[in-house]
Amino acid sequence: MRENLNQWDFVIAVYVIGIAGTLLMVGWAWQSMKRAEKRRDEVKRK
Amino acid sequence: MHGFANPTRFLKLANWLTPALIAGGLVLTAISLVWGLFYVPPDRLMGETVRILFIHVPSAWLGMGGWTAIAISSLVFLVWKHPLAALAARASAVPGMVFTALCLITGSIWGRPTWGTWWVWDGRLTSMLVLLFLYAGYIALAQASARDGGSSKIPAIFGLIGAINIPIINRSVVWWNSLHQPPSLTVGKSAIDPAFLVPLLIAVIGFSLLFGGVVLARMRALLAEFQAEARLRRKAMEAV
Repeated sequence: MRENLNQWDFVIAVYVIGIAGTLLMVGWAWQSMKRAEKRRDEVKRK
Repeated sequence: MHGFANPTRFLKLANWLTPALIAGGLVLTAISLVWGLFYVPPDRLMGETVRILFIHVPSAWLGMGGWTAIAISSLVFLVWKHPLAALAARASAVPGMVFTALCLITGSIWGRPTWGTWWVWDGRLTSMLVLLFLYAGYIALAQASARDGGSSKIPAIFGLIGAINIPIINRSVVWWNSLHQPPSLTVGKSAIDPAFLVPLLIAVIGFSLLFGGVVLARMRALLAEFQAEARLRRKAMEAV
């Protein structure tokens, strides 16, 4: 039996997961870096 | 190389390199994905699903590249005792794990229309899943070691031992029967048509720059946390 799958559904799912996962990781790394450096500077000033 | 073991010198470089790598990576990745999604022709055998290549292959490359970075940094730490090398190893773990997970998820989605199944327990897929578990173990070990003030030696040894899985992943499609295709890109050789190869190379460079930017951002975060804790401890000692 031949399945009638829409190939674009799979392509779009991969692009959404890939782009969202990458952007979340970059955003998280950037935010956690800024937060840690801000805390270090505050500790230095005290 | 020894010069960059100095945190001040490292920060001077990382301060401009981190945003530069992330911005460059975002631009190149966006170009490659738009190219792959809208301008690449469908493949004769895989049809439209060939477009998954531009996310799946860079993810696989960086999943393995992340552990290679952990192993090299661990070796540098164990041999030359550079604290920044231990930091680089820790910083490579999360992006490496994210790309390994993306590789497994996108590969599974690609498998359904091309192989007729989401998953098979063959050498390539299983060794990649083992890599994901190795990353989880490494992150837990490194965090526990840092929290308890322990040595970075144990995670470094774990990072070196885990590297045995990298050549296994690479050669798995040659050593064992697999639904996964054999390597299409080897040193100096390509079985991929230029219509796919050029955007694929741009995607690999773009995602690699993002990986580099995230590793530097993680290193800066870990270094700042360490410096803040050290200063607080010093102040507490002075107050006693």
